Amino acid sequence: MNSLLLAGGRVIDPASRFDAVADLLVSDGKIAAIGEGASAQKFADLERVDVSGLVVCPGLIDLHVHLREPGQSAKETIATGTAAAARGGFTSIVCMPNTSPTIDNPGTVVLIHEKAEREGLVNVYVTGAISKNIDGKEMAPIGSLKQAGVVAITDDGHCVQDNELMRRALEYAKMFDLPVMDHCQDYSLVTDGVMHEGYWSTALGLRGWPAAGEEMIVARNILLAELTGTRVHCQHLSTAGSVQLLREARKRGVPISGEACPHHFVLTDAAIAGSEKFWATDGQGIFGSGSGSAPMCPAWPSYDTNFKMNPPLRSARDREAILEGLVDGTLEILGSDHAPHCDYEKEVEFDYAPFGITGLETELALSLMQLYHTKRLGLADLIAKFTVAPARLLGLPKGVLRPGADGDVTVFDPDREWTFEREQTASKSYNSPFYGWWLRGKAVMTVVGGKVVWREREAEVTV
Amino acid sequence: MSWKRKHLLDIESLTADEIHTVLDTARAFKAVSARAIKKVPALRGKTVVNLFIEPSTRTRISFELAAQRLTADIVNFTAEASSLKKGETLKDTARNLEALNADIIIIRHSATGAPHFLARFLNASVINAGDGAHEHPTQALLDTFTILEKKGRIAGLNVTILGDILYSRVARSNIWALLKLGARVTLCGPATLVPKVFEQMGCRVSYNVEEAIADADIINLLRIQHERQRQTMFPSLNEYISLFGLNRKRLALIKPDALIMHPGPINRGVEIDSEIADCHRSVILEQVTNGLAVRMAVLFLVNGGKGPQEIGAA
Repeated sequence: MNSLLLAGGRVIDPASRFDAVADLLVSDGKIAAIGEGASAQKFADLERVDVSGLVVCPGLIDLHVHLREPGQSAKETIATGTAAAARGGFTSIVCMPNTSPTIDNPGTVVLIHEKAEREGLVNVYVTGAISKNIDGKEMAPIGSLKQAGVVAITDDGHCVQDNELMRRALEYAKMFDLPVMDHCQDYSLVTDGVMHEGYWSTALGLRGWPAAGEEMIVARNILLAELTGTRVHCQHLSTAGSVQLLREARKRGVPISGEACPHHFVLTDAAIAGSEKFWATDGQGIFGSGSGSAPMCPAWPSYDTNFKMNPPLRSARDREAILEGLVDGTLEILGSDHAPHCDYEKEVEFDYAPFGITGLETELALSLMQLYHTKRLGLADLIAKFTVAPARLLGLPKGVLRPGADGDVTVFDPDREWTFEREQTASKSYNSPFYGWWLRGKAVMTVVGGKVVWREREAEVTV
Repeated sequence: MSWKRKHLLDIESLTADEIHTVLDTARAFKAVSARAIKKVPALRGKTVVNLFIEPSTRTRISFELAAQRLTADIVNFTAEASSLKKGETLKDTARNLEALNADIIIIRHSATGAPHFLARFLNASVINAGDGAHEHPTQALLDTFTILEKKGRIAGLNVTILGDILYSRVARSNIWALLKLGARVTLCGPATLVPKVFEQMGCRVSYNVEEAIADADIINLLRIQHERQRQTMFPSLNEYISLFGLNRKRLALIKPDALIMHPGPINRGVEIDSEIADCHRSVILEQVTNGLAVRMAVLFLVNGGKGPQEIGAA
């Protein structure tokens, strides 16, 4: 049961700096052997999968996912969200606490764990709120949340504005070694902004969300991390200034880290003016020369709400800075900020649409295209940002292929060319800006605890 | 010259030729309005809906009258009386109107991009009558029509737009139209309402009102859009008036043949001294008259009209 021999793949385990063609044996749900020890296995009933030409790596982890359960199951459920994760190559996901009710109490944590156990295709880790009801006023019961099993606290989707509350939450969380993650947004600067403040917001007449609205809180978090000694992880960073602040702080040894999302290093604010404007300006050469000859100019209208997210798409300069931050290690972690919303919620005036896009099924491909195929990062460095780095931040027993570790494995083809279509979506929602996009790189098998939870069908394998 | 667009969503996407087609067509309709019988049958049997999700009087009435002059049936639909308050989405509202066989939907909305959103899924023609702080294309068309009528040309003129630019859809539409037609555009007002980023659109930005109006052939005044403004854009109305209001002292600095325009509604004593609004250089009421002809032209063109050559027969 739950055993599998993955034969002939390029096994990459950034944690142990292993990168070679080797067999990998998963036995009884655990990594049993890599290399000759694996090849020697001769169990009659052992499923042997030929993965030659493919990459075999630790199961990918997405530390930033909105599963929407409890309370918002019209958008997504634990079943559909984890199915999308499996399809995207993710074996573990970390869900955000802005559900209804919010995850600010141990009961909700238990509910999600139980539901994920029953219905989830992949491992689900839960974050708790920093403040009660995520309203930034009073500290949530962080100790009880920790006892219930949360892996971090965050008010994601919201941001604690009160610096004193944030400081005390950091001090308090340190008692439990609980990492604190923060959605960095200064409300007084951002007010009702709906897109990046710059040329395009001015031309389009949409309210701007200035880069400083993020950087202000990143700077605050750096100061508070220094003051309290607690690690602060800045979620979905989007601006050049944030990367620069983080780079300098990390150099000083401040316990601060950051993550980036593919949409922020693929798209820019010009996309909100429509595809024509985007491809004529910031879209030129985005995937470098590595994008091959495939047609790569999908069309979308102006004011398309599938390009509305928080933080917003930024300028080309910010996009470049995020990529640089990923390359020089300032940003250690990749995540999707998978934020499903119903069609009828998104099909409204731009101002009224909720922020957020889905991302679990496209993030691996977009990351490979912008980081690996453009030769900015090697495969091992890229994989590390989806495996060992988030596992270390959150203290998860995941992200490695060491014998004895959980049998979570992702097999992907870094060169597979495919087009992302609505029909392929396992998520309950369709609010992705990337439908119709030609992509390169795709998960072909997702293994959780030795069990294959998703495998690409033959028909899909032959492009 | 031939018009091919089904919608009028913004000026930014129009070519100079297309703008000229509208202006020429408007000129033909203005002649119609001077006749004893002001009505033509160009849109007979067509249904036009004024879908006003944001309150408006002058634009709505202007469109209403324009549609009537073209013999269309026109229905007014305002947010207060609508199902939008009952939770219906704009998409559903618009599709319901279309199910009633509306041919043209004129939309005014406080949310930027709403007309573009409607145009994606409606078969009816969509005319933008003002969307948030984005554009107000018929206002720019009637403004350029008025300038052309008075000055005989647009190219080479110095146009200064004075006031709240950031939140003004009139400003954006005017900027695009004037630049496409070859004018030089200067924007002036408090730095908080006239950010430098407007220079990237091709305008000059000035914070010195005396300097900004000195060479202007046209001074277009905009009111402060209190309804769209965040709180702290300038200290007080009094300070605004003293720094940027068009008063008699400043009037003395301008070219003798400069025109003073205003899209209305005017706040007398704020952006413009009361007496200046009524002076001989002011063309504010002519703008309103021209608005009717321009809107007739736009309705005619989006309904399949090709250009002014067809008006004689209409």
